[in-house]
Amino acid sequence: MYLQITNLNKDFQTKNGTLVVLKDINMTIKEGEFICAVGASGSGKSTLLRQIAGLDKPTSGELRIDGELITGPGPDRGMVFQHYTLYPWMNVQENTEFGLKLQGVPKKVRREQASYYLSVVGLANFAKSLPKELSGGMKQRAAIARALASEPKVLLMDEPFGALDIHTKESMHEFMLDLWKRTKITIFMITHDVEEAVFLSNRIYALGARPGTVRKEITIKLPDRTHSVKRHSIFHDYRDELMELLRKHGQEAVAVAA
Amino acid sequence: MNESPGSIRDYIRPKKLQPTVFWRIAEDIPRPLNTALVITSIGAPLLLWWLVTTFGNIDPKFLPSPAKVMEAFGRLWSTRELLKDTVASLWRVGVGFILAAAFSIPIGVLMGSFASIRALLEPLFGLMRYMPAPAFIPLLILYLGIGEEPKITLIFIGVFFFNSLMVMDTVKFVSKDLIEATYILGGDRKQALLQVIFPHVLPGIIDACRINLAAAWQLVIVSELIAATEGLGRRISVAGRFLRTDEIFVGLIVIGVIGLSFDLFFQYLLRVSCKWTTQKR
Repeated sequence: MYLQITNLNKDFQTKNGTLVVLKDINMTIKEGEFICAVGASGSGKSTLLRQIAGLDKPTSGELRIDGELITGPGPDRGMVFQHYTLYPWMNVQENTEFGLKLQGVPKKVRREQASYYLSVVGLANFAKSLPKELSGGMKQRAAIARALASEPKVLLMDEPFGALDIHTKESMHEFMLDLWKRTKITIFMITHDVEEAVFLSNRIYALGARPGTVRKEITIKLPDRTHSVKRHSIFHDYRDELMELLRKHGQEAVAVAA
Repeated sequence: MNESPGSIRDYIRPKKLQPTVFWRIAEDIPRPLNTALVITSIGAPLLLWWLVTTFGNIDPKFLPSPAKVMEAFGRLWSTRELLKDTVASLWRVGVGFILAAAFSIPIGVLMGSFASIRALLEPLFGLMRYMPAPAFIPLLILYLGIGEEPKITLIFIGVFFFNSLMVMDTVKFVSKDLIEATYILGGDRKQALLQVIFPHVLPGIIDACRINLAAAWQLVIVSELIAATEGLGRRISVAGRFLRTDEIFVGLIVIGVIGLSFDLFFQYLLRVSCKWTTQKR
């Protein structure tokens, strides 16, 4: 599996003229990678994710998954949104099965598949709960189970932990790394949280803002992936480098605005 | 301009939130108080009515006592006239309302979901909504005569446009994320419409129907004031002609109780069918 983004540009027409949101984006995501795109607000990272998901069309350039052009949304790309988009009238089991149901999978098969992924995310005991009865972290795990149930080629994540408190966030980080190791799923995640990106991914695209461009591509090599690594100097070097990249762009944007 | 201002605290008048039970905003009141107030709400007017008619020197042709109204109720009940009237009115409301709901719910969902359908129908419906249904009565009599058809059509007109527009509005509360999530999960538009939008707006639909049923119930009474041989509206208008004020009261109370029962039924339906939604009341 690989995801190829070639010379991607995205403009929006506003009443003040053309707004360039994404400019010359080139990315390659290979099977089994955990990629983060890090950027401040205005870096067009959500717009980028929407193009990959097929919810939006690029102005120019192309996106291919396994060589096939992306023309619209489809279950080969699973997505987890920042605001848990669980269906509030369905319980966790029904939510997890829903994608399979939409694709015509027989009831018995989809039930087993959903149960398996609910146990993978540790929600087997909450299958009958309604989303409103779950905590933020549990909702997000349910959303991940729902996305994984269709066995997508790539899991897209739109600032999935942005709304969680720091403790839940850390446990979700551990959970993601564990999930990634066990399922070998390819993950493409966008975030503004630099530490989160360094801790989770094996490659990072640092996005500059206004217009969104790939500023730098950094391969992350950490001695290990436990929370103690965050005190390691290598971790700090990556973090500082990224912070500097993002900060520089923030200042440029301010200068342009002024 | 450059002089440094005095401390802002000099200008602040100290204020404290006084403790209260009765005047709590957006909070529940204790259950016993709630019960007492609910009983007062119905009981006080009844008591006042009884006091005025018992101790005041009032012509019963003008305001009959509760006892006289009960008596009239018994009389109309025993001759089965009241039952016949009630059934006639309920039947008209039932047919008119169910027809209107059967058309307005799907059309409202379509209008809410598709900007194209909305552009096509909203201007017309918005205009029709402001034409009071009773104003159609002369036309309806002209077109449909004086049987059941004009009465049912009147209810249909009075409910259909309002209900379509109210159902349309509930669809606005379906988040775009939820629909996009459905596409990403492999759903098509039809599935998004039937399996996501519809269940999501079902509580809103029930609520819209609850409100518009009240309108339908008013319209049936209006339609019976014009030309009818039976019905609760007819009962009131006949009683008025013969100055049987007690029967007018019977008619009004029966109309009110039936309307309230409808309302409670819909509230119950909402609670049972949509446990997932957090009701505000």
